[in-house]
Amino acid sequence: MRKVAQYMKPYAAAMFFGFLIKFLGTIMDLALPWILSHLIDNVAPTGNRVAIVLWGLVMGLCAVLALAGNVIANRRASAVARDRTRSLRHDLFKKTEHLSTRQIDTITVPSLIARLTTDTYNINTCIARMQRLGVRAPILLLGGITVTLMLDFRLSLVLLATLPLLATAIFIISKQGIPLFTRVQQAIDIMIRTVRDDLAGIRIIRALSKGEDEVARFHADSVKLSNRQTKANAVMAATNPVMNLLLNGGLTAVVVTGAYLIASGKTETGRIIAFLTYFTIILNAMLSINKMFVMLSKMTASAARVEDLFNLPEDDPVIPLPSIETDDHIVFDDVSFSYNGVKNDISHLSFGIKKGSVLGIIGPTGSGKTTVIRLLQRFYPVNEGRIYINGEALPSIPNTRLHSLFGVAFQSDAFFIGTVRDNITLGRDIPEEDVLKAARCAQAMEFIEKLPQGLDTPVHAKANNLSGGQRQRLLIARALAGNPEILILDDSASALDYQTDANMRSAVTRNYPDTTLVLISQRVSSVRSADSILVLNEGQTVGFGDHETLMASCPLYGSIAAIQAGETEGGDVCR
Amino acid sequence: MPLRNENIQKPKNTGKTLRTLFRYMLKSWPLLLGALIATVVSNVCQLIGPRLCGYAIDATVGHVNFELVFYYAKQMLVLYIVSAVLGYVCALLVLFLSQRTVRAMRDDVFAKFMRMPVDYFDRHMTGDMLSHISYDIDTINESLSNDLVQILTSIITVVGAFSMMVRISPLLVIVFIFTVPLSVLFTRTMTRKIRPLYKKRSASLGQLNAFVEEHVSGLKITRAYHREDAVLDRFDERNEDAVTSYYNAEYYASVTGPSVNFINNLSLTLVSVFGALLFLGGKLSLGNISSFVLYSRKFSGPINEAANIFSELQSAMAAAERVFTLLEEDEEIADPNGAKPLVLTGGQVEFKDICFHYVPEREILKNVNLTAPSGSVIAIVGPTGSGKTTIVNLLMRFYDPQKGTIVIDGQDIAAVTHESLRNALTMVLQETWLFNGTIHDNIAYGTPNADRAQVIEAAKKTHIHEMITRLPHGYDTFITEDGVNLSKGQKQLITIARAMLRPAGLLILDEATSNVDIRTEVLIRRAMLDLMAGKTCFVIAHRLSTIRSADCILAVKDGEIVEKGTHDELMAAGGYYAELFNAQFI
Repeated sequence: MRKVAQYMKPYAAAMFFGFLIKFLGTIMDLALPWILSHLIDNVAPTGNRVAIVLWGLVMGLCAVLALAGNVIANRRASAVARDRTRSLRHDLFKKTEHLSTRQIDTITVPSLIARLTTDTYNINTCIARMQRLGVRAPILLLGGITVTLMLDFRLSLVLLATLPLLATAIFIISKQGIPLFTRVQQAIDIMIRTVRDDLAGIRIIRALSKGEDEVARFHADSVKLSNRQTKANAVMAATNPVMNLLLNGGLTAVVVTGAYLIASGKTETGRIIAFLTYFTIILNAMLSINKMFVMLSKMTASAARVEDLFNLPEDDPVIPLPSIETDDHIVFDDVSFSYNGVKNDISHLSFGIKKGSVLGIIGPTGSGKTTVIRLLQRFYPVNEGRIYINGEALPSIPNTRLHSLFGVAFQSDAFFIGTVRDNITLGRDIPEEDVLKAARCAQAMEFIEKLPQGLDTPVHAKANNLSGGQRQRLLIARALAGNPEILILDDSASALDYQTDANMRSAVTRNYPDTTLVLISQRVSSVRSADSILVLNEGQTVGFGDHETLMASCPLYGSIAAIQAGETEGGDVCR
Repeated sequence: MPLRNENIQKPKNTGKTLRTLFRYMLKSWPLLLGALIATVVSNVCQLIGPRLCGYAIDATVGHVNFELVFYYAKQMLVLYIVSAVLGYVCALLVLFLSQRTVRAMRDDVFAKFMRMPVDYFDRHMTGDMLSHISYDIDTINESLSNDLVQILTSIITVVGAFSMMVRISPLLVIVFIFTVPLSVLFTRTMTRKIRPLYKKRSASLGQLNAFVEEHVSGLKITRAYHREDAVLDRFDERNEDAVTSYYNAEYYASVTGPSVNFINNLSLTLVSVFGALLFLGGKLSLGNISSFVLYSRKFSGPINEAANIFSELQSAMAAAERVFTLLEEDEEIADPNGAKPLVLTGGQVEFKDICFHYVPEREILKNVNLTAPSGSVIAIVGPTGSGKTTIVNLLMRFYDPQKGTIVIDGQDIAAVTHESLRNALTMVLQETWLFNGTIHDNIAYGTPNADRAQVIEAAKKTHIHEMITRLPHGYDTFITEDGVNLSKGQKQLITIARAMLRPAGLLILDEATSNVDIRTEVLIRRAMLDLMAGKTCFVIAHRLSTIRSADCILAVKDGEIVEKGTHDELMAAGGYYAELFNAQFI
């Protein structure tokens, strides 16, 4: 809440002015019943019809002023809500963009999306409505009470006696209700996750005839959500009846007390009538305040979720560390790293490669190949050792510069709705010839040319209109187009046939001579021509050198090569 | 709730949607009936209150008649208590009703997903499907739980208050000849003005949400290409759109409240002036004026809410319509009448004159004839993933061919039950699918009654046992969102272990081992050989060295089968397959 409140600060002056206008408008609303009482008690008995009509005109004027004041104030409130939501969303999105990979892993992507969409919307609506109701309702309430006190303080005391009861009731109900809504949101998240899971795995579910079981699993989530929603709303629903009862009870008490006061000549009937009108105003104000509480409870939950995000520490600060003198482009110096802090996923990794050279990384599943490049891109900080690029220690390179060094293509990656060209440039300011060069080297041009509109052919969401191999080639083109210093291909040619894969690699080394290429592959054929090959097993280096050296010195590499050529037993599934 | 799909657009067939919605609600008809009665009684009690109040006030005029005052006060109190209790009862009943209704809908939608043909999921975005089951249903829920009571209350209040006022003074009611048409006219104009603005507001909010969804999911790339600022700029554009259209809608909408209040104040003024004049003429008592004023105040609420409720109702109806349209989608063709379970004898598979296409413009299979004798291995090779999975789609009956039949052990697969067909096939797909559950649950997914020992055995056969025991909780380790704590290869191995645990007569390996490095693959293959022994297998792979001795190789190019034969035959032919095969030694 505090963070959200901070967003309101710059608008304090604007809001105050709005409040003032609203205040004047609302006062007019309050003046009307007063005039009514005056009309009935003082003017009507004189029988002066002209005076009655004149007072009627005064009432009409008040009504017009109330209208004008409230409309102006409401519009200002919407403008304030607009401006604040704009900056809140902006900052939140920016914060999200700069979260560390580890932080995103913990929060999860769906929850991030929900915070940026649902939660900011809740806050937006709430800010707008709070300004409208938030001013009007208290003024009507306080003003109503003040006027009734002036009208007849004895009757007001009856009314005032009910207010502490009301406040307590509202407080207790909200106190119970608000935490329940947080639990509702959790249940929604769980249910959505189940559905998301099942939609992704629909083929497996079908193949294993597990549809009925999934329906049962979903039903359990659905019931849980339903129960939580019922509970939360059942608590909140008590507010209206309780308030109605208390206020109407007070109203009855006013009539009875009023009767006594009239009998003893201390008040007049007209006052009681006016009093009852104020009573309705006060009742409505209380109802509005209650509505605000419900809204506020929703917003508090949302604001807390948004604030959690804002409060995340910057996980990835730049730490100045000494540089080293080296000819190598990339240096790993005794690097160790663990995802869970229990077991090392990378242990004591050391190697160096020259600028413009090709590094191949090969090794069994889970050997840490992808971890190496994640560390190189500083997605995670290393636990021990140092990584250097151009002799500069990785933690001391600012994010902006660090990321601009790399071009990365993963085996599968996101596509955005747009044209083929958009998906290559990703909005970067890349000259046409560079786009064409990248597409050509990635072997993507051959299929792009066959597309109906070439580079301007639209790509659907998830790139459903392209085949697996076409998607991979586009991703490689995307990585190349920025002319990166370091190009990382993480198993990103797995859907390409050998010929295309080989053509792609040789085109890249020929056309981008200064780019250092890091290739992760499971095929010896993809890495055999690399200048150096890193062979990993369970996070440890078991070999480093070129193909010939490794064939002679590294048994693991040799056996992988042999299997791949189909020379070893087990190489052929069919026999 | 911000609704991504909150279309204020007019529902196309309101009558039908309403009927279906009503049918859902009727399932809990006692709740519905109870809620109706409670609302009516509670509101009528509220309405009688001011009348009694007026009587009590009249009893104070001139000489105060305490007996009468107390009499009416007591009645008021009782009525208000009854009204409050019934009000809460009604709120609870409506809550139960709406929850039950939407829960039934939600379950139906999900069950529907589980029955829809696979191609539906190929054609639709996950986000859209999710929005049906969450946002749309949420909209309906909000509307059911709020609007229903609101509408009823409004009607009772307006009708009740009006008839009360007519009874008090038909003359004074004439005041409303001014104000009622004024408010009706006003409401209509505003609704017409605001509706397109609301529509725009939802649309731009939807775009903002879609943008966020797309870019937060693809955050890694934004980061990798250092596009944060550019993406932020594009986000800002959409954000600007969203907040501006919000403001534009509110600019007009925020006039409604004060205007209705104005009309209300106008009535009060007129009632005061004419009431005073009538009082002078001796046609009205002071108590009457009091009751009249209280009733006239009750008018304002419903009118104020009318525009709001109307737009809410429209979006709820549109949401309901989307949900019901989904529920009416074609389901996976049910088992034909008299469908028998498939009886596997040897596992001979025949494709007879199969023609198939996903889209009419592009024929994928053209008169394909193929016989896979029991125990044979059919390999499907080709560079890209799209065409090769077609065979799997047809065998599993995810799709049906336009022409021709597939026969397993003499039985047309179109004539046997889905379940028996799918039970007869074990499939390992390229996409590794793990759900949020423990590793044990994921391996035992197809065989729910498997015990730990069987799961461990399957894991050992797949050479994943060691890795699993190294995890913090071993087999009880919970796989988090998208399995981030496992590598691609490890996930693949778990899905293979799943297949291992559930051996069936026919096996489909769809690029099953392409995510696993070659060394691990050798180990897996040895286990696979056990699994494959005596079974008819369809193997889909890139690595040609692995399928050289297959009984039949189908070479697929651009989604079409271009060659068919054994390795030697195809090599001798020197066609596409030979080209592919030779390329791997470059």
